[in-house]
Amino acid sequence: MATTGASLIGEGVCVGRSAFAGGVHPPGYKESTAGSAVQWAPVPSRLVVPLSQHLGAPCAALVEKGDRVERGQLIGDVDAMVSAPIHSPVTGVVAEVGTTLTAGGQRVAAVVIESDEAQDLESFVAVAETGDEKARIRAAGIVGMGGATFPSTVKLSPPKGMTIETVILNGCECEPFLTCDHRLMLEEPGRVVAGAERIREIIGARRAIIALEDNKPDAAAALRAVATGAVEVVELPTMYPQGAEKQLIYALLKKEVPHGKLPAATGALVHNVATAVAMVDALESGKPLTERIVTVTGAVARPGNYRVLIGTLVSDLIEYAGGFVGDVERVISGGPMTGMALGSLDVPITKGSSGIVALPKGVAAPAISDDQPCIRCGRCPDSCPMGLEPYILATFSGKRMWDAAAERHIIDCIECGVCSYVCPTNRPLLQLIRVGKSAAMSKGVK
Amino acid sequence: MSEEITAPARTVGPSPHISAKTTCTGIMLWVVAALAPAAVWAVVTMGLVAVQLLAVSIVVALGTEWAWNAIARKPQTLRDGSALVTGLLLAMSLPPRTPWWMVAIGAFIAIALGKLIFGGLGHNLFNPALVGRAFVTLSWGGVLAGVQNRGWFATLADFSAEGFDTISGATRLGIAASDRAASGSYGFDLAAQYQPLLLKNLEGSLGEISAALLILGGLVLIIKGIIDWRIPAGYIGTMGLVSWAFGSDPVFHVLAGGVMLGAFFMATDYVSSPMSKKGRLVYGIGCGLFNALGRFVGPMPESTTFAILFMNGLAPLIDRITRPRVFGVVKTDEERA
Repeated sequence: MATTGASLIGEGVCVGRSAFAGGVHPPGYKESTAGSAVQWAPVPSRLVVPLSQHLGAPCAALVEKGDRVERGQLIGDVDAMVSAPIHSPVTGVVAEVGTTLTAGGQRVAAVVIESDEAQDLESFVAVAETGDEKARIRAAGIVGMGGATFPSTVKLSPPKGMTIETVILNGCECEPFLTCDHRLMLEEPGRVVAGAERIREIIGARRAIIALEDNKPDAAAALRAVATGAVEVVELPTMYPQGAEKQLIYALLKKEVPHGKLPAATGALVHNVATAVAMVDALESGKPLTERIVTVTGAVARPGNYRVLIGTLVSDLIEYAGGFVGDVERVISGGPMTGMALGSLDVPITKGSSGIVALPKGVAAPAISDDQPCIRCGRCPDSCPMGLEPYILATFSGKRMWDAAAERHIIDCIECGVCSYVCPTNRPLLQLIRVGKSAAMSKGVK
Repeated sequence: MSEEITAPARTVGPSPHISAKTTCTGIMLWVVAALAPAAVWAVVTMGLVAVQLLAVSIVVALGTEWAWNAIARKPQTLRDGSALVTGLLLAMSLPPRTPWWMVAIGAFIAIALGKLIFGGLGHNLFNPALVGRAFVTLSWGGVLAGVQNRGWFATLADFSAEGFDTISGATRLGIAASDRAASGSYGFDLAAQYQPLLLKNLEGSLGEISAALLILGGLVLIIKGIIDWRIPAGYIGTMGLVSWAFGSDPVFHVLAGGVMLGAFFMATDYVSSPMSKKGRLVYGIGCGLFNALGRFVGPMPESTTFAILFMNGLAPLIDRITRPRVFGVVKTDEERA
């Protein structure tokens, strides 16, 4: 069925194996940072910490202008199931409780903190050791760090009647340019394995799998060297979007997440590797989530993997990486396939920021155009990992035929971007599908 | 080298922010490159007649599209490369000594009625080059086979005066067909024809000069991911199988006539072929089937054009019944009907 899905009509020849149907092989662009060990980025003098860094209810500020805050101190929270509290990444003084633009272009409430000259990054205010493990993970503000930023506690509480058999740690990192998860697995394999084991225990699963693409053999070897008990390390063929949740579950378990159902319906629970390590930190030492590894790469003078305090501005980070080199066409937060193009560089790094990619001219996609026709080449349906027909969904959407689009499963689109990536006439396929998808969903299509 | 970070020239836009380097023009140029060995070999072996045929067909195809756009005040579209491919393919599908005005009319029809009238590239139901060829074949069918004897500067008056309709085409395929019809067997050894058909064949259309060079070009397109192997494989495989079933030599029948040009270069036209992988296989098989039936049952030994045009017409239907299965949706889903 879908096991031999290497798309023939794609970018060049796809001779490679694939563990799911469709997909593409974009150039990796990982060489410039895959070898660079994680190092601390400097503590900025001023941090802008958004109070909404997750999917779900935004937090309310718990501090006021002029308050002194300690590193790790709770500064924002809300009493809602789907949410995650916010902690101060530094010791310093609250300069302002205002708003900030985010990488996604929204304006959200934020706490601006002026950091003290002297910072001890090893110490922090630990979260209270009360409640069960899920409560402590919530208290530490942990969200999905692969980019989705879904509060982790919620994922650890599967709906009643669903049993999780398998915990999957996602270390695929199929996005070009990004190497933050690669370095984490390579440098701290013990903590990644511990994360897999802890999540497995909490959820009561039988087995745990750490999955990564076979372009990271060093990380796989490091993980295997320390993997114990019920934790397996599985290398999957390198193919975008191998790290997409549904494609990952299928690749490992040969089970498809049924249309309209949660991934838990397959008995699998997927967490990003960095999220798992953050959970271990929270459970072992009560450490709240106040920093993360960010790949800063592309057309910058010193590309690398930096451990960055949440609230550091992208402009500060780029300056620390030596500034731009040459013609920068676009600056992306996240990876180039699913990330956000930054309109302003004065936006903060948040819990979900996996990378800052300065795309040079020639690498960045040309501006999308709607005046070129679909030449019916078949690349988009051949490459769609969801088995959709992007060309026709986009056409329906462009003609506002929402019902026809819904009938062809437009809401099953995972927005991986493969269709737009392969389109030889550069049509805005995904963007049109996004429009149709939200129209269909607002009409109650499930 | 490092710039001021405050004011970099930047663009924003929705993801994805990178794209495959394959462009429409690039694809078309690859098709031209894949046809080039056969076209060049034709020029080398046939000389001026081949150059004239190629030049008239391509120039008229490009000129028609340019003029259409100019008159309709639309943006020029020659850069997409599709008119170039149509002109080249039409030339390859015609006998080298086809009178120049027939070629010109064919190229005009191919672009104007084959493509532009539907709304241009991406909207045509049929392969434009084959529409042009079909027009020429249907209008002057009887004479096309005989043009070798008169050639390039023939006028319509020449044909009627000298009764071109009666001059035998005398291609291997024609002889094979009449032999079959007359006696059920062949008056010559089909296997002995493999080598000339593969390497150097001066009969039939320009593209029949060398099956080997067409196969080479086709394989390049498959390896480059430009065309899907399912169409030529389904086409040639079925053609061979049906030939064998009719008790004839399958190798001769896939090498002779327009099969290679049709299977690798005509049937694989994106716009007029199905969108799904399964659909492309079904479509390829259909092309091979009707091409073979045309040869063995129908009136024409050379039925490639109409086999593919017929399947072009069926392509939307094939797309309807071969939709890919949506991930996570079970097969019994009645929405797929």
